Amino acid sequence: MSSTPVRVRPPIIELVIVRTKEFVRETEALFWVFGFPLLLALALGFAFRAKAPDKIPIGVLAGPHAQERLAALAKSPVLLPRVYSAEEGHNALRLGKISLLVEGDAQPVYRFDPTRPDARTSRLEADDALQTAAGRRNVFNAGEERVTQQGSRYIDFLMPGLVGMNLMSTGMWGMGFAIVNARMRKLLKRLVATPMRKSHYILSFFLGRMIWLTLEVVLLVAFGWLVFGVRVNGSIALLALLCIIGGYGFSGLGLLLASRVKTIEAISGLMNLVMVPMWICSGVFFSYERFPDAVKPLIRLLPLTALNDALRAVINDAAGFTQIAMPLAVLAAWGIVGFAVGIRIFKWQ
Amino acid sequence: MSDAAVQCRDLRKSFVDVKAVDGLDLTVGRGECFGLLGPNGAGKTTTIEILEGLTVPDSGRVEILGLTWKDSERELRERIGISLQETQLPEKLTVLETLRLFRSFYRDGRDPDELLRELSLDEKRNARYGKLSGGQKQRLAVACALIGNPDMLFLDEPTTGLDPQSRLQLWEVVARFRQTGGTVLLTTHYMEEAQRLCDRIAIIDHGHLIALGTPEELIARLEAPNIIEFASEPALAEDAIRALPFCLGCSKHGDKWQLRVDALADAVPQLLALIERSGAKLVTLSTHEATLEDLFVSLTGRELRDV
Repeated sequence: MSSTPVRVRPPIIELVIVRTKEFVRETEALFWVFGFPLLLALALGFAFRAKAPDKIPIGVLAGPHAQERLAALAKSPVLLPRVYSAEEGHNALRLGKISLLVEGDAQPVYRFDPTRPDARTSRLEADDALQTAAGRRNVFNAGEERVTQQGSRYIDFLMPGLVGMNLMSTGMWGMGFAIVNARMRKLLKRLVATPMRKSHYILSFFLGRMIWLTLEVVLLVAFGWLVFGVRVNGSIALLALLCIIGGYGFSGLGLLLASRVKTIEAISGLMNLVMVPMWICSGVFFSYERFPDAVKPLIRLLPLTALNDALRAVINDAAGFTQIAMPLAVLAAWGIVGFAVGIRIFKWQ
Repeated sequence: MSDAAVQCRDLRKSFVDVKAVDGLDLTVGRGECFGLLGPNGAGKTTTIEILEGLTVPDSGRVEILGLTWKDSERELRERIGISLQETQLPEKLTVLETLRLFRSFYRDGRDPDELLRELSLDEKRNARYGKLSGGQKQRLAVACALIGNPDMLFLDEPTTGLDPQSRLQLWEVVARFRQTGGTVLLTTHYMEEAQRLCDRIAIIDHGHLIALGTPEELIARLEAPNIIEFASEPALAEDAIRALPFCLGCSKHGDKWQLRVDALADAVPQLLALIERSGAKLVTLSTHEATLEDLFVSLTGRELRDV
């Protein structure tokens, strides 16, 4: 039983390879890391896409002038006219199905509720259409310049938030779930019964995360750009640095949560307890500016807030390093505290 | 520093409400196969995990290969191989990947391919751990213990729950390791396993050592090489049985009486005569040579598998 010289990779490399293989073979995990955020972006992006406002439905009272008025009103780009009998028309107006009813004989009469914003627009648009049809000449023709700016749409706000949320959930689950699972299966205990260095084991999780993190971020950012035209206005290098520090911060937090927990149920509860408040408070789907001023400084100390703020600054506003130094420091601090405390209180068996 | 592979003195370990190990002294010689035998909850696992450096004892001294865990943990980890009770290796990794991973932890070790051939796992090298049978999983666990080319092997219940064929295969692995001069310490609650594999056996119960010796020495202690088990309808009274001249000891298990006797040829006819005289009917009767199981019963009054 002599020891044969065989090609043996260093333990840290072997651990990272093993982690990567395990992850690739976990089909559900792949979906949650890659598929789910893309679906979410797609659904929300289309639901809130910038689109032309709908045409405003209005009514024309049946009578000798009805058809000619209908034709004139139909030419307006913002009105959707229909002919109503007197009773139907008044009912439709009362119920808000239409915002204006055109009545009267030779001289039109506009019946509407001026407290409704749509009603005033339709009053102006209807009058304009009927006057033009009756032969009114405009004194001048004004030009139009329409502005819907790239960078100010909802999807532009949402994409960086989704990148941040994804970095948080994959970072924390990637550490937390795998570690608790290995502890439950007594695999951690088996590993510390070998000469393996404990630091290599923890480090392999972090390095494994970094590989996937790169893919996740590239995929999400490319998706946002190709499907919704969300561009990265700032430096790609700075974005990369930010994602690495973000991944580090959340891995640390994940390690801390998983350091002593014994069951998958317990770690799931703990993860949700930490993550759900951040989904709500840290400006993933809507800005945290709506929260009271008193709690904002606290919200800014949350790692996801720091990451989202910095991601938006780089992706939307082309911010430089100094502008995101503060959130970077917050993220790094979470990582340092998470790893330092997590390793100290870590239970191997 | 001693020349023994394992030496421990006055080992004690309590958990919240039980004394798992209560003043245990053990010495295992180099090259020896030593068995810790006892029922579940006797303190076997706690003892072996203390020796493996995974559990810290409340008090007592432990030396493994002449080294202590406190001063030489890394050195010892390189030199011993361990198979824990109930470890589950990563589900999604293949046999070869798992073994390569464990190999990478050791400075010096064996070729994974060669080891897989030796353990008849060669065909399964690319199968995932989750798809293996119980026996294959257990052999892989032992392969992970052997991959660092250890001087000493610790096996905690290596064949519990395995079918007879898988058990035989594992016994062969242990025997081969011993041929190269390796020391083995194993726990088991199978008497047959202890009798087949071990040079010496320590029987422990409630954290105490209750008997120590070679399997033959221990069985000889019974001073009754044969056992008669019988049941009758109605059952015989204890006084009547104890009054039999050949009876060296008896105990009752359910409906069955167990008698320790010297010569079967004398005892069986006399027993049958007694049953007939008392007007009872014989329901079952069987005899066997005394085993460690019988020793355990005579030492504790309980059967191993009852506890």
